[in-house]
Amino acid sequence: MLLVPCPHCGPRDETEFKYGGQAGIAHPADPESLTDAEWLDYLFLRDNPKGPWRERWVHTAGCRRWFDVTRDTLTNEFGDIGG
Amino acid sequence: MTDSGLRARSPLEGATLAIDSTSTLGIRELPFLVQVGLRADPADEPLMSRLTTVLGARPPTDPNTTSISEDGTNQVLWLGPDEWLVLGEPGTAGALESKLRSALDAAAGAVVDLSANRTAISVSGPRARESLAFGCAIDLEPPAFGPGRCAQTLLARANVIIVPVGPADEPAFRILVRPSFAGYLATWLVDAAVGLD
Repeated sequence: MLLVPCPHCGPRDETEFKYGGQAGIAHPADPESLTDAEWLDYLFLRDNPKGPWRERWVHTAGCRRWFDVTRDTLTNEFGDIGG
Repeated sequence: MTDSGLRARSPLEGATLAIDSTSTLGIRELPFLVQVGLRADPADEPLMSRLTTVLGARPPTDPNTTSISEDGTNQVLWLGPDEWLVLGEPGTAGALESKLRSALDAAAGAVVDLSANRTAISVSGPRARESLAFGCAIDLEPPAFGPGRCAQTLLARANVIIVPVGPADEPAFRILVRPSFAGYLATWLVDAAVGLD
């Protein structure tokens, strides 16, 4: 089980969290002007790197706050917390 | 006013919480504990000082800590960066809610009576910590988790708020749990206590 570093509560078991996928996906500023390809990209296409990337978690069983964290997809090591 | 015959029932009324006569672990419900939810901006200093005045305690800004009013009647639990739960004696919800609401005044925030949202179970005795550790992943030992702390976590897979009370050598915990999980959790606690012997 992962030990997820909540920025408020500290390290807690993964079972206390829900996963939120890739971080930094902003809602389109002007949604009605998007092409189908741009919608596809916004809704479904995500990075899948081997190594560190930014992802979202929410501490559902604790402080119920969303946060961004860096996790290495190869080693599962967590890095910078925040956001 | 005529007596309607209506009577409040707590979620664990009538539940069997006895372990056996030799057990040193005490499990009992603390029914009708008053709980008032408070949302406020901790950066709003005038608001925080008004809240401190009416509560007799400053809402804590350190995660997972509590503060207790000067007269000992209210305990303020940190639930989030801008969210607290104020505990009080049964029957004081209306008074507590109105004084918090007057302190909030026109500032952005919320004061809601959440007393029926959770019931409280008291677990006490020299081995109380061990019995909870059967189903709880966080470190329950002081100083990581002594008086003045609180934690929202999972106990036996149920969402709970755990508040340690009492000195380290005579540990006691208040466990706040949703009414629909209270019966299950009480049964689990009794079962965990049997496992200690």
